[in-house]
Amino acid sequence: MKHTLAVLVENKPGVLTHISGLISRRAFNIESIAAGYTEEADTTRITIVVEGDEIEQEQVVNQLSKLVDVIKISDLTAVESIQRELALIKVKASAATRSDIINIVEIFRASIVDVNRETMVIELSGDETKIDALCQVLDDDHGIIEIARTGKIALSRGPIPAKEQ
Amino acid sequence: MIITGAEAIIESLKNENVDVVFGYPGGSVLTLYDALYQAKFRHILTKHEQGAVHAADGYARATGKVGVVIATSGPGATNLVTGIATAYMDSIPLVAITGQVSVPLIGRDSFQEADIRGITTPITKHNYLVKKVEDLPGALKEAFYIARTGRPGPVVVDIAKDVFAASFDYQYPEEVKLRGYRPVFEGDSSILDKVLAEMRLAQKPLIFVGGGVNLSDSSKELKELIDLSGFPVISTLMGLGCLANDHPQFLGMVGMHGTYAANMATTECDLLIGIGVRFDDRVTGLLSEFAAKAKIIHFDIDPAEINKNVIANLRVVGDMRWSLPALNQEVRNVSDELKGQVRTWLEKVRNWYKEKPLTYVQNSDSVMPQAVVEKVSQLTQGDAVIVTDVGQHQMWVAQFYGFKNPRSLLTSGGLGTMGYGLPAALGAQCGLPDRPVILFVGDGGFMMNCQELAAAAEFNFPVKVLILNNQCLGMVAQWQRMFYGGRYSQTSLKGSATDFVKLAEAMGVAGLRVSKPEELEKTLQEALAIPGPVVVDIRIPEVLDVFPMVPAGACLDQMMLGGIEE
Ligand SMILES: Cc1ncc(C[n+]2csc(CCOP(=O)(O)OP(=O)(O)O)c2C)c(N)n1
Repeated sequence: MKHTLAVLVENKPGVLTHISGLISRRAFNIESIAAGYTEEADTTRITIVVEGDEIEQEQVVNQLSKLVDVIKISDLTAVESIQRELALIKVKASAATRSDIINIVEIFRASIVDVNRETMVIELSGDETKIDALCQVLDDDHGIIEIARTGKIALSRGPIPAKEQ
Repeated sequence: MIITGAEAIIESLKNENVDVVFGYPGGSVLTLYDALYQAKFRHILTKHEQGAVHAADGYARATGKVGVVIATSGPGATNLVTGIATAYMDSIPLVAITGQVSVPLIGRDSFQEADIRGITTPITKHNYLVKKVEDLPGALKEAFYIARTGRPGPVVVDIAKDVFAASFDYQYPEEVKLRGYRPVFEGDSSILDKVLAEMRLAQKPLIFVGGGVNLSDSSKELKELIDLSGFPVISTLMGLGCLANDHPQFLGMVGMHGTYAANMATTECDLLIGIGVRFDDRVTGLLSEFAAKAKIIHFDIDPAEINKNVIANLRVVGDMRWSLPALNQEVRNVSDELKGQVRTWLEKVRNWYKEKPLTYVQNSDSVMPQAVVEKVSQLTQGDAVIVTDVGQHQMWVAQFYGFKNPRSLLTSGGLGTMGYGLPAALGAQCGLPDRPVILFVGDGGFMMNCQELAAAAEFNFPVKVLILNNQCLGMVAQWQRMFYGGRYSQTSLKGSATDFVKLAEAMGVAGLRVSKPEELEKTLQEALAIPGPVVVDIRIPEVLDVFPMVPAGACLDQMMLGGIEE
C-alpha cells in the first residue's frame, strides 16, 4: 500500500542529503519525493510517497523522525487530502498535427506553454493517473521528446495544517 | 565577552563540564590548539586520530560522560571515521570537533579538504558544519545535548578554519531549542498495565536485557524488577554487567556464543521482555524462529527500534529511568503471585544453566585463554573495568569473566572494530584513574593500534594489556575451520617476528610473558602489582574454538556445544 507523508524539515543545507541518504541506506521503497518552501521561511516541506506494508511504513516514519532536522511527519493517507503533481511534456508537433494535440490538451484541461515549428510543451497538473494517461496518448499519437515531473505534493483538506496534526 | 571562536570552544567545553579532550593537531585546528595551550586545557595526545576517538569512546563508556575528540581537516577527520561508526553502533555519546578548510576554500578540493559532514552523515546522530563564528556556541550546545540525551550517539561539529580565529561576542546559550528533536523521556504509562497483565499470564517468561540498561544507568531498577518478578534473565553482550553474573535468576549471554540455557530459554519462552535491546542478528540467529513461541514486549527509548527486526506485541517507548521504576511500582503488588507462577519454569531453565554450563577443555600443557579470563576475574574479584578487542578473546571474556558491575565491560559490540581495545582502555583509565583497567586483546587486533602503548607510557595510564596470543586471527580461523574446510587463508600470524615484550619495552611499557600454565597466576599478580602500564604476552594454543556456537543464520537451539557433549 502507498502512503503519502508530509515531512516538515528545517530549511538548512544538508537536510535533503540526510533524508535521501537514510532512505537509500535503509533500502526503503520510495516512489516519489518532492521538496519546496512553505508558509514559514525556516521550514521546508517534503512530500514522500512510500510503498510498503504497515511495518515498513512505520519504520520509514520512525527513522526519518530520528533525524534532528525533521520537525514533523504527518501521514496524509490517513486524512482526506488533495494530491497533485505537475508535469511539463515536450511533444513532437508539426503544423499538421498541432490541432489534434490542442484537442487532446483541452480534453485533459492541460495547457500549452510553448510552441515552435517542431514541438509543443504542455503543462498539466493533476493526480498521477491523469498525467500518466495524457503522456500515454501523446506518446502513442505524436511522440514525446522529454518529460519533467515534480513528484507528488499533497495537502490535507480540513483546517488543520500538517504541523499541528 | 569578545573572544575568538577557538576561545569560545574552550569556554563551551567548560560549560559542558568537559575536563579532558583527546586529539591530534594539524593545520586547520592550529588556532584551537593555541587556545588549548593558553588555557592549559587537559588534552591527551594519542599517536593516531583513530586512537583518540576510541579513547574518547572508552572514556564515555566508562564514565557515562560525553567523550570529546579533536582532529584536523582532511586525513585527521577521516581517521576518526571508524571510531565514530563504532560509537554510533553502540550508542555512545561523543562530540567530535574537526577542523575544516577556510570558508572561501570549501568545495574547491583544497589542500586537506574532506567533506566530513557528508562522510559521517550515516554514522552520526547529527552533524554540523560551522561557517560563521556566531553559530558556534549554538552548534556546540546542541551537539552536547544531542549526544547525551535520548538514545546517545556521536555528533560531529566541523568548523571552518577562519571561524576559530574570528572574534565575536560570546554567549553560551542557556537552553536548546530544536523543533525536530524532543527525546521521549516519559512514555505512555497506561501501557504498563498491559505489560503487567502479560506478565501475570505468562507461564514461561524471560527478561532479556541489553546495552540500553547500561547506558541509562538503570541496573538498580532492573535488579529490582528481576527480584520482584522472579523471572529468569538473559543478556546481550552489551548488557553484561547490568545484572551481576551470580544472580540466581541469571542464565548468561544469549546468541551466537551464548549459553545453552539462555538460547534454549529464548526458544522455549512464552513471553520475552526485551529491555534496551535491538535484536541484532548475532543475538537472534534465524529471525523467523527467534522466540517464536513468545509474545514480545519491547522497552526502548528509540521508537525506531520497535518492530525494526522483531515485531513487538507491546511497546514501551521511553527512558528506562522512567519505565522501570514505574513498572516496578506495579509489579510490587503482585510479586508473590508472579514468583509462584514461574517457579517450575525458573527451576527448569536454571537446571539447564547448571547442567550445561560454559566449559572448556582443560589442558595441563597449555595456557587456556578461558583459564586466563577466570584467573583475572578471581584476582580482581570481578571488579575491574574490562576492555576487549574483537575476536575469540572477546567472546571468552564475555563468557568467563563473570561481570558484577554495570559499565564494566567496554567492547565494540555493534561494529566489531578490531583495534578498538587498546585506545579505549586508555580512555577508560583516563576517566577512572583509580580503577583497575584490564584489556584483553588478540595478537591481531593488538597490532592494529599498538602505537598507543607509547601514549600509555607517556601519560602513565596503568592499563594491563593481556594479549591472548594464539599466533593467528583466531575468530576468522575458527570460521575457516568450521565452514571453509580448514583452508586458513591469510589468518596465520606465525610468520610474525614481532616480540610483544620487546615492543612494549621499546615504547616504555613493562613487558612480561606467560608460556606455561604454572606461570600464569604469578605473572598476572606481578602485572597487577606494577604501578604503570604492562603488556603480558600470553601464549595460548592456536587451534581453539569458541563454544557454544550457533552458526550464522541458524536457529538459537541449533547450538554446536563443542567442549560439552553434543
Ligand atoms: C577492523 C577489523 N578488521 C577485520 C575484522 C574481522 N575480524 C574479526 S575477528 C578477527 C580476528 C581477530 O584476531 P585476533 O585479534 O588475533 O583475536 P582472536 O580472534 O585470535 O582472539 C578478524 C580479522 C574486524 N572485526 N575488524
